[in-house]
Amino acid sequence: MLEVYGTPLRSRLLLGSARYPSPAVLSAAVRAARADVVTVSLRRESGGERAGQAFWSLIRGLDVRVLPNTAGCHSVKEAVTTAHMAREVFGTPWVKLEVIGDADTLQPDVFGLLDAARILCAEGFEVFPYTTEDLVVAERLLDAGCRVLMPWGAPIGSGRGLNNLYGLTALRGRFPGVPLIVDAGLGVPSHAAQALELGFDAVLVNTAVAQATDPVAMAGAFALAVEAGYAARRAGPIEARDFAVPSTPVVGQAFRG
Amino acid sequence: MRILVNGVWRETAFAELAATLEELGYGGRVVATAVNGEFVAAEARRRTALAEGDRLEVLAPMQGG
Repeated sequence: MLEVYGTPLRSRLLLGSARYPSPAVLSAAVRAARADVVTVSLRRESGGERAGQAFWSLIRGLDVRVLPNTAGCHSVKEAVTTAHMAREVFGTPWVKLEVIGDADTLQPDVFGLLDAARILCAEGFEVFPYTTEDLVVAERLLDAGCRVLMPWGAPIGSGRGLNNLYGLTALRGRFPGVPLIVDAGLGVPSHAAQALELGFDAVLVNTAVAQATDPVAMAGAFALAVEAGYAARRAGPIEARDFAVPSTPVVGQAFRG
Repeated sequence: MRILVNGVWRETAFAELAATLEELGYGGRVVATAVNGEFVAAEARRRTALAEGDRLEVLAPMQGG
């Protein structure tokens, strides 16, 4: 079973909680995904609003582990303060650490990410860094105390799948013992299956489910894909080749020689 | 006293953060607070004093990816 920071996870599909058509659809999607980790966030709320309290009640009713993010933070200071606020509100040392460096691609600012990760790991947080496939950054994040990495597949919400297969494969190969969760950019279940086939331990999906025509059905489809990809990985996929190799035995073939 | 609450200037009566939160309608709510960019834990709100021009952030749980 997959373990992150000593916690066993039954499901290799982590689900984001944003952008669903309604709270009821979110709840049904979490169940259909059989997810036991759901990402959450913090936002400004005025004294008259009750949306945040209602959302928190709904999440607590789902019997899932929450993974708070620092989405939207563009500096180390913002990310670290947000992590502290999230730890208090959600009552967990887990934090999906995002420090955004580019407004168009939402690419992680890996320099800020590393600084924030060092600070938070030293303070006892269990950091899930949203990073790129860069091997050196990955090594530094592990040195900083991260025990899991969340490389992007493609820019957040883009639905492009695994954008850099070579880089992601290299990352998997370099850190065989580290839980690697592909986060961001997956569009369809086959992308998730591919990530698991490559040996990634899990995927985190949000937009591809929440914005599907039928989010609940799509959550179920992702759950099946993750299972299939994981089973395939364990079964040992063949290597791709450049030329055909006959599958039917050629020995004893009629009309030859 | 004027303070910036979640980016909006508000006139408030009290110096104490806990009382200010009550005044602004956050009483009994699950929120996290920061003053001038520094996290203030819930248990520290009674001993945290606000000053004119302070920036108060009050954050609540929200959907996230």
